[in-house]
Amino acid sequence: MVAVGMDLGAKNTKVVIVNNGKVLAASSVKSGFDQKASAEEALQKALTEAGVAQSDIKHIIATGAGMKVVSFANATITDISANARGAFNIFPSVRTIIDVGAEEGRSIRLDEKGKVVDFGINEKCAAGAGAFTEAMARALEVDIQDMGKLSLQSTKAVPMNAQCTIFAESEVVSLIHQKTTKEDIIRAVHDAIADRITSMARRVGIEQDVTLVGGVANNIGFVDSMKRNLGYEMLVPKEPVVPEFVSAYGAALIAQDKIGGQ
Amino acid sequence: MSDSKETEYWRWTESRWTNPDLDWKDGDIISAGVDVGSVSTQSVIMVDGELYCYSNRRTGSNSPDSANNAMTWALEGTGLKLENIQYSVGTGYGRVNVPFANRALTEIACHARGANFMYGPSIRTVLDMGGQDCKAIRCDHRGKVTAFLMNDKCAAGTGRGMEVFADILQVHINDVGKMSIVEDEPEPVSSTCVVFAKSEAVGLLRKGYTKERVLAAYCSAMAHRVVTLLERLGVENDFAITGGITKNIGVVSRIEKELGVTAPEPKVDPQLAGAIGAALFGKALVEKARKKG
Amino acid sequence: MKANYGYKDGSGEFYITIDTDLCDGCGKCVAACPEKVLEVTEDEIDPLADDLVARVTDAHRKKIKYSCAPCKPTGQPSNLPCVNACEPVAIAHSW
Repeated sequence: MVAVGMDLGAKNTKVVIVNNGKVLAASSVKSGFDQKASAEEALQKALTEAGVAQSDIKHIIATGAGMKVVSFANATITDISANARGAFNIFPSVRTIIDVGAEEGRSIRLDEKGKVVDFGINEKCAAGAGAFTEAMARALEVDIQDMGKLSLQSTKAVPMNAQCTIFAESEVVSLIHQKTTKEDIIRAVHDAIADRITSMARRVGIEQDVTLVGGVANNIGFVDSMKRNLGYEMLVPKEPVVPEFVSAYGAALIAQDKIGGQ
Repeated sequence: MSDSKETEYWRWTESRWTNPDLDWKDGDIISAGVDVGSVSTQSVIMVDGELYCYSNRRTGSNSPDSANNAMTWALEGTGLKLENIQYSVGTGYGRVNVPFANRALTEIACHARGANFMYGPSIRTVLDMGGQDCKAIRCDHRGKVTAFLMNDKCAAGTGRGMEVFADILQVHINDVGKMSIVEDEPEPVSSTCVVFAKSEAVGLLRKGYTKERVLAAYCSAMAHRVVTLLERLGVENDFAITGGITKNIGVVSRIEKELGVTAPEPKVDPQLAGAIGAALFGKALVEKARKKG
Repeated sequence: MKANYGYKDGSGEFYITIDTDLCDGCGKCVAACPEKVLEVTEDEIDPLADDLVARVTDAHRKKIKYSCAPCKPTGQPSNLPCVNACEPVAIAHSW
């Protein structure tokens, strides 16, 4: 019984296909201006990866900022519900989910049954989401993929005063002029955003175990800064899906529940 | 392209002036105010509370130099020397870096005083939008602050935010204002955040909006944002605008329209407000010390 | 004089307002705040006066949404230590 979950993110459209609990495919395409076209493209890509035909799909659930464009979805659910279902399935011990995407950051607290108890969202300000690290990577002329490992090579903490992505870009430029190393600047960038995300999570309340999901969780520098902020390790998913697919995975599982396949 | 844009941005003219009708040697209290901003630095010297001479220059990368250079240029040709000035006050973003200042004061207090001098004692509300901040100030007939609100955390509503937006449309910052005046006023951009507004702008262009309409949408959003900040304080007439934003008719006209007010014409360059207020405080502090001593 | 410390960004408006006409500089709010958001200094907005008043520190001013977060859990009514400590009711939060 094939079920599909689609996460229409601001930056990337993610699709996860499951069959009787097993993940057949997890693929991602960049969200273009024509979101509907991106959704269709992402679905086709996933179907090819899964070796499944569109007619085999029994149920599709969409989530994410652009979920309404998926006219062919059977239903839509909130990011919160999708994340909760996905993360709890991977880590039954998880009680706090911190999800950092391209444009939003959120924190979700669960009870022992995986039910959402409370949540908080950091939205509409780029400094609290992936857009921040991306903009800093551009200002530093570093590939976003390299930000993580460079951060871990930093030898000292440098304060970052700007709380806005635009002002931080100028601050980065002056730090470069002052001969601060790229590694130290990158660590400061990750520390700054980790500080904001942790504060947001503290508002909702943090209970262990904590998992970090969403695209930014792939950034090992950010994960390290978060660990220093919290004071302990967090769970970062690898199987059956990596961090950016947790929401789509959760949507797929909920779709599966609907068709009774488990 | 970006090189010529950078040159263009600095296109505003540096200036200096000496009052032909005053002789500093006849004065009692000579005070100075230096406003070191993120983009420009002004140095104003007053004799008994009247404008004697001033200069308005680019700040550059080194604050102490900016203050010194602005002061030197302001004094040029006057015969007046730094040691003749009884009290100097530094203000603005770089106020702690004015080496010869007797005291550093916040721009909020200085702007209110300066606006009172420039626009007259009827001024009760001042809006200042500079390179990196946005301030709303309520004051009384003496230019004393009765309420204020400043935003320097978020680039939206600051010169820098506008600069970034102009960059994405490849429009020179000086042209943003007039280009944004369109016949058919569009809906304002929905994102306050400049980073997200940039993506929204690209989307609007794809939908067929002209650059002019996109600028109109952005200036409209910025004007509205500023008006809500002002309304948090309450806007009482007369209302004046100072800072670099006065050069952007697109934002200024929309603010005036939404508030239903017209800002009066200033007697002097609005960029001087902070430094004028600082110099006036210098005079007041000399008078206060005399009363005590 | 009503001093509004904080900011408005894409995610909302966050201001702590201190009425310096009511504030007597007692410092109880400074002690009550678990995050050291407040301090008592010379009134910088009225340079000719000699009073001491409370203000938000520069370190916290641009991130008070985050600094004040521990005292404002979601889904619960606020009972802010700084507001409770202030007898003249000189402090107010906009969120």
